Amino acid sequence: MEFLLIIVSAIFVNNIVLAQFLGICPFMGVSNKLSTATGMSGAVCFVITLATVVTYLINKFLLETFHLEFLQTIAFILVIAALVQMVEIILKKISPSLYQALGIFLPLITTNCAVLGVAITVVTKQFTFGGAPHMLGLAQATVYALATSLGYGLAMVLFAGLREQLSRSNVPEAFKGLPIAFITVGIMALAFLGFSGIV
Amino acid sequence: MSKFGLITKGFLKENPTFVLVLGMCPTLATTTSAMNGLEMGLATMFVLILSNIVISLIAPVVPDKVHIPVYIVVIATFVTLLQLLMQAYVPEVYETLGLFIPLIVVNCIVLGRAEAFASKNSVWDSTLDGIGIGLGFTVTLVVIGIVREVLGSGSVFGWKFLAGDGILAFVMAPGAFLVLGYLMVLFNKLAKR
Repeated sequence: MEFLLIIVSAIFVNNIVLAQFLGICPFMGVSNKLSTATGMSGAVCFVITLATVVTYLINKFLLETFHLEFLQTIAFILVIAALVQMVEIILKKISPSLYQALGIFLPLITTNCAVLGVAITVVTKQFTFGGAPHMLGLAQATVYALATSLGYGLAMVLFAGLREQLSRSNVPEAFKGLPIAFITVGIMALAFLGFSGIV
Repeated sequence: MSKFGLITKGFLKENPTFVLVLGMCPTLATTTSAMNGLEMGLATMFVLILSNIVISLIAPVVPDKVHIPVYIVVIATFVTLLQLLMQAYVPEVYETLGLFIPLIVVNCIVLGRAEAFASKNSVWDSTLDGIGIGLGFTVTLVVIGIVREVLGSGSVFGWKFLAGDGILAFVMAPGAFLVLGYLMVLFNKLAKR
């Protein structure tokens, strides 16, 4: 039951883009075409889940054990950067087709604040999924990261679909490009606001 | 570019939000009120100036292959310093801005200025660049914050001029996107003149 709550909450109620404002730059940057949006979503999903598990373990067994919590920001960003590089190298070796699909998006992900954001959130924030506030365990943190990144993918794919339509419609000069995109996301966020209160 | 130009370019010509479109996450997330926008802007400016200074000093000796990781470590160091200072002296501000203080590390404005300006220019120019872009970012955040606060809670910098509540949606997520979108339209209109 708790896992179900985490999943619904992370995908719909607290959608990472539309409610938490994380990862806006790539969200705006690669949502011009549905195909690139799907590719980026896949890469983000993979990296967020992996990075959260690794940083969670590092935080628990390294930083907390030696009372080095103040190094969290530096440690996490380095781990994420190294991880992305490693994923790139491994993927190139074992699955060239997947590398072809995700390859160009991987370097961009290091500076995607969604990755660092989720990693920091799961180790610092107390959650109240069905009961008293508590820190997430490893299994819950993994599910949270996976669901959050699925929410990212959902928002991105929906928005890319809208944007393909927008590119064919007649938009006033001053609204062209990013302004109309932001207004569209605003209306999407308004729709997602309807989910609040169900968890 | 003149020294004066370095300071003022952040407002219009190289405005980080409306022209460069960088650092969108804190821009949208922390502008629920004018005060929050101001605090976030100043926090980013602190990191921007210090990292610009250090990076312009070390850039000539950093090997080209590892320059991005080195810059990120420099930026992360100043962000950690900022976190500790804020926790010690202004804990309630640190509490409000929350996650977005550590996330200054991945704010593209900071790394962008390091890469595009500080690594190629003198210490003094880089300092001015940090102040200029930082000021532009702060002013923009305050403007967005004022608009959202007026519409959302009927107040400016906490001074309430309207009885009752405003349109709550403007304090919440949708309002952030809408206000930024319409301000961009306004900026485009004015800049075209």
